Amino acid sequence: MSAPDLRISDLTIPAARRRQDREPWTFERIIVHALLIVFVILAIGPVLIVIINSLKTTPAIFGGPFDLPTAKTFSLEGYKRVFTRGNFIVNYRNSLVVTVTTIVLTVVLSTLAAFALVEYRVRVASLLAGLFVLGIMLPIRLGTIPLIQMMLAWKLMDTLAALILVYTAMSIPIAVTLMVTYFRTVPTDLKEAARMDGASELRTFWIVLPLVRPGLAAVAALTMLPVWNDLWFPLILAPSRQNQTVTLGVQQFVGQFMNDYPALLAALTLGAVPLVVLFTLFSRQFISGLSKGYSK
Amino acid sequence: MIDIQSVSKSFVTRDADPVHALNDVSLEIYDNEFFTLLGPSGCGKTTLLRLIAGFEAPSSGAIRIAGSDVAALPPQKRSVNTVFQSYALFPHMSVAENVAFGLEMQNAPKSLIDERVREALEMVRLEGFAARRPAQLSGGQQQRVAVARALAPKPSVLLLDEPLSALDLKLRKGMQSELKRLQRETGITFVLVTHDQEEALAMSDRIAVMRSGDVLQVGTPRDIYDNPQDRFVADFIGESNLLPGAALGRDPAKTIIVRPEHIVVSPVADGAKGHARGAVSAITFLGSDTLYEVVLEEGAKLHSRSRGGAALATGDRVVVDWARAVERELAN
Repeated sequence: MSAPDLRISDLTIPAARRRQDREPWTFERIIVHALLIVFVILAIGPVLIVIINSLKTTPAIFGGPFDLPTAKTFSLEGYKRVFTRGNFIVNYRNSLVVTVTTIVLTVVLSTLAAFALVEYRVRVASLLAGLFVLGIMLPIRLGTIPLIQMMLAWKLMDTLAALILVYTAMSIPIAVTLMVTYFRTVPTDLKEAARMDGASELRTFWIVLPLVRPGLAAVAALTMLPVWNDLWFPLILAPSRQNQTVTLGVQQFVGQFMNDYPALLAALTLGAVPLVVLFTLFSRQFISGLSKGYSK
Repeated sequence: MIDIQSVSKSFVTRDADPVHALNDVSLEIYDNEFFTLLGPSGCGKTTLLRLIAGFEAPSSGAIRIAGSDVAALPPQKRSVNTVFQSYALFPHMSVAENVAFGLEMQNAPKSLIDERVREALEMVRLEGFAARRPAQLSGGQQQRVAVARALAPKPSVLLLDEPLSALDLKLRKGMQSELKRLQRETGITFVLVTHDQEEALAMSDRIAVMRSGDVLQVGTPRDIYDNPQDRFVADFIGESNLLPGAALGRDPAKTIIVRPEHIVVSPVADGAKGHARGAVSAITFLGSDTLYEVVLEEGAKLHSRSRGGAALATGDRVVVDWARAVERELAN
């Protein structure tokens, strides 16, 4: 049912926009647009400044931080130094490994858990659901010291596995809570139709899964952001040169006495690329996913 | 085929008292029968269907299908299949995959599955639609796929939970005769749940009329229409005039039930004696019929439905009459 709906909205949105353009510029409309423009500048401005300055020489960055690069000040030195001086390829690979593995583990474990919580009306289900909600509220960073002790005991200190485990644990509570609301929207008839024909529980789960796809996209996007951007756990659990993630890797361009700003900004720009790409790909499903998950 | 013996079902709610959905219901559904559970919403008809399907377990009593007690059997072990009100087609599978699902779950050989799928789609006249997705079908077509999916594993009983309620009137009429035809051709016992009395009368071999967890009357459509044993049944199946005995100068402890189409209304001047006198208070033209509302002298109100119409006007003094044989007398 959802596929034709999307197609319909694709057709109607441009028509609606065209209609709106013919409306007069009333006072309220100007105010609304002014506010929206301010928010856009607040959101995109810093990102743009980082990108612009990553393409300039160091003196030009301080000479006029808001200037666009000119023929004289334009320089790709920062990008070159990222790849020659730094350890960027390795950092990038580490970030990808950690983030992707975390997303996969989180999506798999949380959908299974959420399906079980919705399907099996055992007495402990509500207690378990409550524990997941509690997990959203407790900041995992409070547990840093015990986590270090655990990783030491498991001999996982300074490995990517340590990061993956911690991040998965950190992401699961919100993911389960979100997926539970999705599985609740799946009609009981569909599951009964499958079970009645003799489908196993796992098979029933597979039949239901396509119906909660927007939820999966929301969980994936929600998991990706904090993991990719985190500095705290890489610094503590995987600080050695070969295990550094991007956020930690860019620190090498920050010196005690002098910072390599073009290289730092270039590394930050490159570091944001996967996030931007994935969000563009998933944005529609992500937004519909979030609004549905929370409003119900 | 299906033997329901003093089955009761109550649901435990979190705070209030348990809800009694079925009270000591006993029914027998025969082989190759089109049986209908009819009643207003909340009467327990869907609960009874779910008990037969095995989605719920009875609080007490026994259900036998083909002679054996099914209490311990999960839905997939019973030779029963269901067509759901929402059709419950799997959205990411093609029509053919949907129809094949039950057989695949039974690990039937591929050749048999292909043959049965073709057969089932032929039966519901959707041969050319095997590769389509459910979303690409109209409501009526989805309904037919749901029926084909339920029939493909050849169950001995097919349960239909308000299967036609989402269709518009014209499609519904078409599907009624289609389902009836399928039932005759396959010889499978159909158990239909509906709140639509016209649907029940048109399709069923026998009907059980239910209200608030009780079965009030079981019988053929004609039997139930002509001989309602209960005020509720009389009023729910078709239209009925429930006249207090006092209004007709008879035993005040009795209610007289007469169908509108059996009542003849004629002007007082004609000299007919009839059962009572009154005045026409409203006239509704229904196309082929005309409906007269008459207020009797004793205060009771009745409806008469007649073909053509005797050129009466609102306010006319009239005599109402009917043959004694068509009326039913029930104790109040």
